[in-house]
Formats: sequence, C-alpha cells, structure tokens
Amino acid sequence: MRNKWVKRSIYIAILLAIFVGYPWYNIANPADATVARGLMPENVIKYGQDHLVLWGAAILVATAIGVAAGILISRPQFRFVAPVVVNIANIGQTVPSIGVLAIFMGLLGMGFSTAVFALIVYGILPILRNTYAGMITISPGIIEASRGMGMTPYSILRRIELPLALPVITAGIRTSSVMIVGAATLATFIAAGGLGAIIVTGLSVMRDQLFYTGAVMAASLAILLDYILWIIEEEAQA
Amino acid sequence: MVIKLENLTKIFQPGDAPAVDNLTLEVDEGDTCVLVGPSGCGKTTTMKMVNRLIEPTDGKIYVENEDVSKKNPIQLRLNIGYVIQEIGLFPHMSIAENIATVPRELRWPKQKIQERVDELLSMVGLDPELFRNRRPSDLSGGQRQRIGVARALSADPPLMLMDEPFGALDPITRSYLQNEFLRIQEKIKKTIIFVTHDIDEAIKMGTKIAIMREGKLVQYATPDELLSAPADEFVVNLIGGNYSIKRLHLIRVEEILKEPFTVSPEDSLDEAKEVMEKSQLELVLAVNGEKHLEGLVTPSSLRKEGERVGDVMDTPDLTVDSGATLNDALSVMLTNGEGYALVVGDENRLQGVVTLNAIMEALQDNEK
Repeated sequence: MRNKWVKRSIYIAILLAIFVGYPWYNIANPADATVARGLMPENVIKYGQDHLVLWGAAILVATAIGVAAGILISRPQFRFVAPVVVNIANIGQTVPSIGVLAIFMGLLGMGFSTAVFALIVYGILPILRNTYAGMITISPGIIEASRGMGMTPYSILRRIELPLALPVITAGIRTSSVMIVGAATLATFIAAGGLGAIIVTGLSVMRDQLFYTGAVMAASLAILLDYILWIIEEEAQA
Repeated sequence: MVIKLENLTKIFQPGDAPAVDNLTLEVDEGDTCVLVGPSGCGKTTTMKMVNRLIEPTDGKIYVENEDVSKKNPIQLRLNIGYVIQEIGLFPHMSIAENIATVPRELRWPKQKIQERVDELLSMVGLDPELFRNRRPSDLSGGQRQRIGVARALSADPPLMLMDEPFGALDPITRSYLQNEFLRIQEKIKKTIIFVTHDIDEAIKMGTKIAIMREGKLVQYATPDELLSAPADEFVVNLIGGNYSIKRLHLIRVEEILKEPFTVSPEDSLDEAKEVMEKSQLELVLAVNGEKHLEGLVTPSSLRKEGERVGDVMDTPDLTVDSGATLNDALSVMLTNGEGYALVVGDENRLQGVVTLNAIMEALQDNEK
C-alpha cells in the first residue's frame, strides 16, 4: 500500500522534473538572444498556464457531455439512434485536429473561447464512444438480476452499470485527455496561446532549442496528466 | 402466500405462436412449484411474469389475492426473492454488498444490514468472517450459487422465484446444494416457483410439479402422482422410464435410518469385537461423547495391532448429509463398492446408517 504511493510519487516527480526542468535549463542557457527572447520566463509560465486551462476546461466539459450522451444512447428507448451517433463520432474523429480548429474559427472567430469550444467537441468523441461501449457490454443477466430484485432504474445505473462501465469510460477520458493536450498546441494559430506558441515561434525563427522546449513541455504534460488520471481511475475502483 | 395464475397468455410478436398459452395454475402457501419442460416451453416466461419482468399479453396473476398488474413493479419485486444462474452476482461488489442489495434499496440501517448479511452467510454454510469481503470471482461455482440464494433471502420475502438456480454446477455440487436448500426451506417455508429443465431436479425439489409444453400446462401434480399416473405420452417420455430409480429422489435417508452400533475410541478392541458380533453389518462406528463421528471399525481393522479402538479405526468416508436422498446414498455406495452409507448431520454428528437392503425395502413399500 505505502509502496504503491511511493512508486507513484517518484513517477510523478520525474515527469514534473522534465516538465519544469527542461524549460528551466533552456531559459538559463539560451543559445543566442533570439532564443532568450522566445523563452522569457513570464511568457513560458503564461503559455504553460494557458495550456493547462485549455486542457482543464475542455476535458471537464467533454467528460460531462460525453458520459451523459453515452448513457443516454445506451438506454433501450434511445438505442436505435446509437449507431448513427457512434458513426458520426467515428467520422468526426477522422477530421484532423487543425481542421476542427479551422472549422470553429470560421464559425466563432479567433480567441481563447473558440479554442476551448473546438477542443471540447474534439474531446467528446472518444468519451462518448467508450461510455456507450462500456454500458452495452454489461452482461444482460446482471441487469436482469438487478431489475428482478426490485432495484430502481436510477439505482441500477448508479450502483451497477456505471461502476461496471467505469474502466472503459475512464479509458475514453484518458484517450481524450492526451488528444486535447496535443491539439491544444494548435490553439496558438487562432490566438489562444498555449505551449504551441513556443513551438511555432521556434519554427518561424528556426531555433530548434525553442521548439524542442515547447514540444517537450507539451509531451511531458500529456503523460503527466494521463498518469494522474490513471491514479484517479485506480483509486475509484479500489 | 398464495399465487394464482389465471388464463395467462404471452405473445411476444403478433402472429407468433404464444410463448405461454392460457395457463391457469395455483401455488399454495409453502409449496415449491417446479415448472419443468423442454427449452422454449414457456417456463421462464411464466416465472418472469410473476415479478413483471415480462408483462402478460392476457390473463391475470394474483399474489395473495392482489392483482400484480395493479402493483408498483419495484415494490412488488422487493418482496419477491429472485435467484438466477450464477451470472446474476455483481462482480464489482463484495459478497456482503451483493447480499445487501435489497436491504439497501429498502434503506435499512447499516447495523441491521450487517447483522442480516452475517446471519444469511451462516445459514448458507459460509463463514461470514472469511467470505464477507471477498469478490464473486474469488468463489467457486457452488459458493456463488449459495450467495445467490442468500441474496434472494435477504429481506425475508415470502415468495421466491428461482430460475435454474443449480443449472451451471457439476452434478455432485448440484446434489449437495439441492439437499442443503431443501434443509433451509424446511426452516424458512417460503412459497417458491422453481424453473428447471431437469425432471430429476423437479422430482427432488418440488412439492408440486407443473409440466409445460409449448406454452401449455400438461400436468400439474405432486411428484408421487406424477410418477404413478403420468397424464400422457409426453410426460412419460419426459420422466424417461426407470420409475423406481426416480423414486430414489423422493425419499430422504432420514426416513430409513438404522441405529448404528457405536463404540468410543477409548474402548478396548475386545469391547469393539463384542459390539461387532451384535451388529449384522460387520461395521462399528467410533464416536466421541457428543456423537461426533471419529472413525470406522471393520473386521479387518480389528485384526490390526493395537489396544484401543482409536489405534486401529479407519477414517470414515462414505458419508452423506442428513438431507440427502436415497439416490445420493446409493451413488455413494456404488462409487465405493460398499453396501452402506453413513449419515451425518451438523458438525459431523453421526445420525445413523443407510444400507442397501434398507433402500430396497423402502422402494418396495413405496411401490405398494
């Protein structure tokens, strides 16, 4: 038990060390004045914060909508729409993330809220699909036993279906989380900030130290958040 | 709790043959009514209409003179125990949580739920300390089925519905659990509707048997009547001949027990020999002060070196529990090639001996 938490803390510490240490080192040792300008500490912190906020807002809303919609289309009354919804979700998934951003920029203009909105739509799909899959793969015998014993539909959902579908649902949330961290690097194209700004600057001024910094921060953030979600999932099931 | 089914009919798809066809049946208080027939005969559908998992197309069901279609289905089901094959246990919950399903829906206080769970675990023969916190996946098939029964009994419902509850078990475990359930039922006296496709199980478990075919009731009778006066060719084929052997399921070993000849492990071998001469069985059982079965003394063990019975006695195998049927006892005898079986009750307490001769006599009496 204690051993488990020691291991988890070490892992989180390593990921945090990469997320903080790598930009720190580059800020302290810029190759030239251009890199130094691109890596002003207050800007790096700002972009990191933007990225976290983009991710946080998008994953929270996407989870709420995705889980609710997934449950809804798994109900017997609505199951006939499920194939349509799941297929639309699958097709939606094939649109590249930059395309999703572009579509919403066309509709809503530039800015932070557009980016959040696009990321939410992008993130709903895996959560919705997994929630639906998790709900319909529960053995019918289990549902029938709970109905036969007199459980209310609400009790069955809360005590039986959701706990049994939880591992599949959280797998969807984690997939979505990693996708959102990645896609959020594109938010800079619609002036919504985020770690993508460092990468794009690095590319335009041709300084690899810059875009490596942005890329490593985004990647380590994705892994770190995924790991934290995994811990939450494990604890929820225990 | 009397249950009446009146002209019950279920048609799943308009145009299809009815799954249940104009079925009228009455189950008396404390009866175990077994619905039996080939698959597709409508027995499970009939049972599921009682707790409204399936709504009838036509006809009425009365539970204690109340029309179930006028009751709230949730309230109705909370008062009816429901057991299905082992898949019905919730894999993500502990054994205690599984058993507590209905009490929790009824919002019993925590303390009361805990006490009830422990009581039920003991009743189905599982140590609460050991099993309370385990998961269904840690249990054997037989243990899971006991949990299923305990769960159905949790709120002490007067009526139980059991759908092939022992279907997924190996024959030995099945027969053991059947006996155990009969013993429990003797104490709790529930009204039970029991579905099975196994006529032997029906004869063993039922006080009344309803034979169904293509949605219709073919015969409704006690097991004895069924064996002595089958209604038609279909029933005869379902029973499948061997009437005397079927009757073995009907008689319990308790009814033909013989008083055993016993000694104490402390007794000398000479004393044991004396007792042996008195017994016609060449079999003497060693029991301690509280009648716990300790060992088995046969002529060959008496030829061994030793002073006391305790030194030479053999381990007693060939035991059946006191709820067992003659069929169980006979199968133990045949497996071991001996003409007797030892009947033990709770805590290995010796109740008596069943012999091959006694079984044959019982069958002859029963035929008359």
